[in-house]
Amino acid sequence: MKAVWLLILFWVLPVPALASTPGQIEVCANCPVTEVGDALKQARPFDTVVVRQGVYREYDLVIDKPLVLMGDAGAVIDGERKGEILRVVSDSVSVLGLSLRNVGKSYTADYAALRVVKSKYFHLEGLLMEQLFFGIYLEKSSHGVVCDNIISGDAEEEFNSGNGIQLWYCRDIQVSGNRVSRVRDGIYLEFSDRIRIANNISSDNVRYGLHFMFSNNDSYTDNIFEANGAGVAVMFSKEIEMKRNTFRRNWGTASFGLLLKEINDAVISQNRFEANTVGISIEGSNRIAYLGNTFQGNGWALKVRGACYTNTFSNNNFLHNSFDISYNSKVNDNLFEKNYWSTYSGYDLDRDGFGDVPHRPVKLFSYIVNRTPETIVLLRSLFMDLIDYSERVSPVFTPDNLMDPSPLMHPSS
Amino acid sequence: MFKILKYSFYDLLRSRWSYVYLGFYLLLGFVLLFLNQDLSKAVITLMNVIIVLVPLIATILGVMYFYNSREFTTLLLAQPLRRSRIFLGQYLGVAGSLSLSLVLGLGLPFALYGLFRSGAIWDFSLLLLTGVFLNLIFTALAFLVALANDNRIKGFGYAVLLWLFLAVIYDGLFLLSLILLEEYPLDTFALGASLLNPIDLSRTLILLKLDISALLGYTGAVFKSFFGTSLGLVISLGVLLLWTVLPTGLMLRKARSKDF
Amino acid sequence: MIHIENLHKKFGRNPVLEGVELSIAGSGIHAILGPNGSGKTTLIKSILGMVCPDRGSIHLDGTPIRGEWAYRNRMGYLPQIAEFPSNLAVAELFRMIADLRQQEGQAWPLIERFGLQPFMDKKLGTLSGGTRQKVNLVLTFMFDAPLYILDEPTSGLDPRAMIALKTLIRERKSSGALFLITTHIMPLVEELADNVIYLLEGRVYFEGSLEQLYHHTGENHVEPAIAAIAEQTHV
Repeated sequence: MKAVWLLILFWVLPVPALASTPGQIEVCANCPVTEVGDALKQARPFDTVVVRQGVYREYDLVIDKPLVLMGDAGAVIDGERKGEILRVVSDSVSVLGLSLRNVGKSYTADYAALRVVKSKYFHLEGLLMEQLFFGIYLEKSSHGVVCDNIISGDAEEEFNSGNGIQLWYCRDIQVSGNRVSRVRDGIYLEFSDRIRIANNISSDNVRYGLHFMFSNNDSYTDNIFEANGAGVAVMFSKEIEMKRNTFRRNWGTASFGLLLKEINDAVISQNRFEANTVGISIEGSNRIAYLGNTFQGNGWALKVRGACYTNTFSNNNFLHNSFDISYNSKVNDNLFEKNYWSTYSGYDLDRDGFGDVPHRPVKLFSYIVNRTPETIVLLRSLFMDLIDYSERVSPVFTPDNLMDPSPLMHPSS
Repeated sequence: MFKILKYSFYDLLRSRWSYVYLGFYLLLGFVLLFLNQDLSKAVITLMNVIIVLVPLIATILGVMYFYNSREFTTLLLAQPLRRSRIFLGQYLGVAGSLSLSLVLGLGLPFALYGLFRSGAIWDFSLLLLTGVFLNLIFTALAFLVALANDNRIKGFGYAVLLWLFLAVIYDGLFLLSLILLEEYPLDTFALGASLLNPIDLSRTLILLKLDISALLGYTGAVFKSFFGTSLGLVISLGVLLLWTVLPTGLMLRKARSKDF
Repeated sequence: MIHIENLHKKFGRNPVLEGVELSIAGSGIHAILGPNGSGKTTLIKSILGMVCPDRGSIHLDGTPIRGEWAYRNRMGYLPQIAEFPSNLAVAELFRMIADLRQQEGQAWPLIERFGLQPFMDKKLGTLSGGTRQKVNLVLTFMFDAPLYILDEPTSGLDPRAMIALKTLIRERKSSGALFLITTHIMPLVEELADNVIYLLEGRVYFEGSLEQLYHHTGENHVEPAIAAIAEQTHV
């Protein structure tokens, strides 16, 4: 990583000081070079191409040598919906500060605003992308940085939209500080390992805020996923680190903050799940530690389906969710301990900070709702409360060992 | 009518009951907030109080006031006053003083707690609005039952039974029918059935605020447009209004042909 | 002034009025007599609009009273049992009724006449039966009206108040008011009444002046005369 940064510093910093010195090509309406494409062809390796303010109607531009391509504020390349705008096929390319818009839409080719193919040491920063199909498409590339870009699409349906940032067979890439909205998946990873995703905001996307498929040893931390079709889907992947993210207002029929499907051995800690239809939807995932997360105001904080074994839930806060946990089997092999449950009604006589009676987080009503979804309208009715109470006293339908034997009396911080 | 309202209102203000009621809400508000230190939890507990206790108290106090103020009513009936005005005035006096106790009793602790600076103010206001509607509805129902029964014990019994039915039994039957009919598409039925009962309706209104995340998890298109847009709020408030006007109208009709 | 036609009223399955026909005009005092349950109070309450008759009509000054309420402005009504909100003070009650009727009531001379001054600040619930009846009387007479309906006006009154009441009735009568009075006290009828209306089993059995009553029955006191009518009907 350090090497990458040094390279970047070397190439980026001196540029403003060296106005129109050899090694720099200017592009503007009155300049000798008026088209970005020409500048890219004329440039020698390690030159800098500076695009001045203005709209350049060009597409299918290719960078095939190490270059810095940078745009002034208001430098726009408009693809006029004819195809891909920019393609990087060389190592050590930086693309900075440009606006890219009007990417072509196609059902046969995945046109992107910017595509990086089989390259190393690339740096994409401060780009603004609008009216796009795919935004940044990285394939078979590695050791790059994608940071502080704004990608804002206009997707409405899943089938005719592309992803904001897509990584396909990539390694060792940092994706940070980007804002991605209104595309299909905000950030999509397929067969990509050792990717660091941090401090991004992914919101209002049609499908997922962040989507992992068959990708291992990745991490995502300190991101915000808000109002997406669903927050984050982690599927068929291993060793993903998920920390300090916020999953908010992911609403809808099959929506969730986080979906885990066939995930083993992971740590999910200190995330916030607020007002999602389902906080975490868990299917067939084992040996996962859920530590210190906060679930607030979700429909279901946790929805556990299918076989999930040897998971640990501790030090989490369950605050005012419609349902804390829904379980679709009567067996439980997961451990709940030392969580804070806002619905806990016990007491702490010995003042050790833990409730003296165990807490049973599964309500009978959540069973009934699983069976007959329309009964949800009876949520919080006196009748349901009475039934839940009697079930809690003597469990018949809910797993009788599913309980937190030492519930916290105060939320953990 | 406003004069009668005024006198009924004063009459209630003089009686112990409004103070007991006010005191109860004040205590509840303070206990909830200052023992709990958690506004959201307090709002949820309050919701339970509002959809269960407010109707019960309005029912009991409505019936009680009606029977206890028969002398006053008889006195007024011999005066050159329109009958409907007399009953409407008394009704609004009772419902008004109940609502005032509710709003003051709960509003004061929450205001002191710093509600106006918190985001929960809208949820809380909706809660109080719902409470006021329930007061109006159940006082009207109580008056109606009392008008139909000269026997106090019977009237009291019927009124409490009506509350029990709407607060608990109705939901039991509702749940049962949903489960029995689960093969059919039920969302219209489920929504319709909750609109038919003012307690369920108020609960739905509050759910729209508290549990919208869960409600949006359901697939039905009718549900989606009801809960997902402001349509639900508008319809619920409209039906609550209807629920207020209807028993009040029935009560006045009954009063018009009643002998004293 | 009051014209009643074919008035019927049932309470449940129990008929109370069965075709009352009555026409009362001018001024004077009309005593409505009859045994308990003969429908006296029901008749009065029908005139007041407190009881809704099943059939028949009541006209007051030529207009039907059904559904009307403003005509009660022209009436003073003394109910049989004085029922008041118990936590109001006497003075507040008078003020309230004046406020509700939006009429200037002249309560004070009446208060003095019945000696109610010491009770003005007392709560109505704490008053004795007689005092309540006096309050009741003040309420009835505090507004000048062409028609007074008194249901058992003397119940619970002490002799002094009784005299005050009789004087009051005579005064109002001489200024042209019409009185309908129900009572079981026959000497009072002899003393005050110009006309007697005898109700039995929901019908008017006799209507006429005292002289006509005596003549009709061959008696010279009300009590035996009434007893005689009752006898006739059972024959």
